[in-house]
Amino acid sequence: MEKNTNYLVGVFGDQDILVKAVKALRKKGVKIYEVFTPYPVHFLEDALGYKRSWMPRAAFGFGALGTTCAILLQSWIMGFEWPMIIGGKGFIAIPDFVPITFELTVLFSAFGMAGSFFVSQDLKPHKVPQIFDRRQSDDKHIMAIDLAKNSLSEDELKALLQEVGAEEVNNKSFTEREKKASFFDYVSDLFTKGVTDSARELKG
Amino acid sequence: MAHVDVDLKNVQEQFTFDGKLKKNVLLIGGIGVVLFVLGAIFLMMGGGHDDHHAAVQHATEVASVASDGAHGDAHGGGHHGEFHWYQRIIVDFWMSGVFFTGVALLGFFFFALQYVANSGWPTLIMRVMLNFRQFIPVGGIVLLITFLVGSHTIFHWTHDGIADPNSPTYDAIIAGKTDFLNVPFFLFRMVLFVTIWTFFGFILNKVTKAEDQDMSGTTKYFRKAQRLSVAFLIFFGISESITSWDWIMSIDTHWFSTLFGWYILAGWLVTAVAFMSLFVLILQDMGYLKLVNENHLHDLGKFLFGFSIFWSYLWFSQFLLIYYANIPEETVYFIDRLKSDTYAPLFFGILVTNFLFPFFVLMTRDAKRKTIMMKIVAVVVIFGHFMEYCLLIVPGSLKENGGFGLTEIGTGMIFLSIFLYLYFTGLSKGGLIPQNHPMLEESVHHHT
Repeated sequence: MEKNTNYLVGVFGDQDILVKAVKALRKKGVKIYEVFTPYPVHFLEDALGYKRSWMPRAAFGFGALGTTCAILLQSWIMGFEWPMIIGGKGFIAIPDFVPITFELTVLFSAFGMAGSFFVSQDLKPHKVPQIFDRRQSDDKHIMAIDLAKNSLSEDELKALLQEVGAEEVNNKSFTEREKKASFFDYVSDLFTKGVTDSARELKG
Repeated sequence: MAHVDVDLKNVQEQFTFDGKLKKNVLLIGGIGVVLFVLGAIFLMMGGGHDDHHAAVQHATEVASVASDGAHGDAHGGGHHGEFHWYQRIIVDFWMSGVFFTGVALLGFFFFALQYVANSGWPTLIMRVMLNFRQFIPVGGIVLLITFLVGSHTIFHWTHDGIADPNSPTYDAIIAGKTDFLNVPFFLFRMVLFVTIWTFFGFILNKVTKAEDQDMSGTTKYFRKAQRLSVAFLIFFGISESITSWDWIMSIDTHWFSTLFGWYILAGWLVTAVAFMSLFVLILQDMGYLKLVNENHLHDLGKFLFGFSIFWSYLWFSQFLLIYYANIPEETVYFIDRLKSDTYAPLFFGILVTNFLFPFFVLMTRDAKRKTIMMKIVAVVVIFGHFMEYCLLIVPGSLKENGGFGLTEIGTGMIFLSIFLYLYFTGLSKGGLIPQNHPMLEESVHHHT
């Protein structure tokens, strides 16, 4: 089992300490790979320096597409393909189209957003998650630091993490199999071994 | 952007109403008076119309008499007799009075709503919402006087003999509604509602001010305010609907709409939120409300954006069904407005100011967090909804003799000046921040 990328995993119990730690580390030039929290933590995105998501723009685009499609569809049906007189109105009566246009705008926007979310989070079929610490979905905040991308040595980083308030600092590596795991291997591993995790063993 | 470390014992601010702000508020009133007098003089000289509308007006009068069969039919023909210039002024007073009383009521409703919803973010600006209540009693009195002076001009159903089968002006449809629409009951409802709203405003004000004095950290006052707010909201839900039928819908007595109460509520509410945002920004420009930041503004912006869409939704729901069903007794309401050169531009204009403009301008997150954007949108929305009130009240009572001209804007500015004067005077009494409110800290650290 070859270990080629090594991560340092800081475990934090308190969200305020976490946010302060992120700021302090970034100030010292440490590049943080990712932070995992069980619930949304305010100010964390700002502290990590994340850019604004492109999702709202995608939502607007899909909504506008929905509006266009709805108007074209209804005009084509009611005006050209099968003209019908309803309530003595013209064939293409705009007020009649508003409810359907509204609904299709919402529908396109919603589906588009769901799709955009999968794309933006790289959620694809057979995606295998890289779990740094199982407690990231339970009661701890997990900060992962990619050693290869930082100029500081492992010991220095470890000392820094402890200094800013990490409760534990662990090493985490993904084996070649884990990194390029097939989905079926992952599922069979789940059944045979449980979620592999260096920090805490499964109970029982 | 980050945690604010604030000493919560020392957040109180004292607002004083003087200097430039007072001058500006009085200036608005002054300009209003000038415009009003000018408009009134034009009305007296021009037989009812200011310069701008005069040319268009004469053409429409002829056209509307000739073309609108349904128009004359449903309204039993010329019930207002000859038109006098002062009739328009009475209707203008009613229009501005209803508009600003409603905005004051809905601003206060929004305050009570925060208590009932247990929401923490607006605690810093609770006093900004609370003081909308100041105008309610004054608006009520102005409306009462206007009604007593000019009820025949505004409301067709108040005419004598309209419910008497032997009278030449007998109107069977209105006669069927006289159990509800009669002058004593109307006045009773009006006085009762305004009194109870004022009472709730008074007592909630007292409770929150008492909270300021109590340093023991109790939630007693908060719970009390919450219970009072629930009671107010229940009463408000019923009274606001009835008020909108009384004050606005009964002007077009033959016509009715089942979602009218909602529609009026949405219009008043979005205007109240626009005023609220504007007040917060004005106070911040003057150096008050130091702890309010763009996160609070963002939430106000979301309400402004959302309620603009809500108003448009209800407006359209009302319009679409009537348009689609095409029943004469219902469509007459829109024919009055759409087949008229005076009102048709307003009819489409309010869709731009009240829906398209806030919808596209406030759509992005950044726009809601920018003070200048919020200011522009708030002013446009307030003006747009003022025009909407012209459209709701004037066509039903004045027909083609009305319009949106100098007297309307003048009266509106006079009322606005009174509204602002009372508002800021109320705000200067007691602290600007509810310093012992249990959710103050949540509001200080609010982050969206």
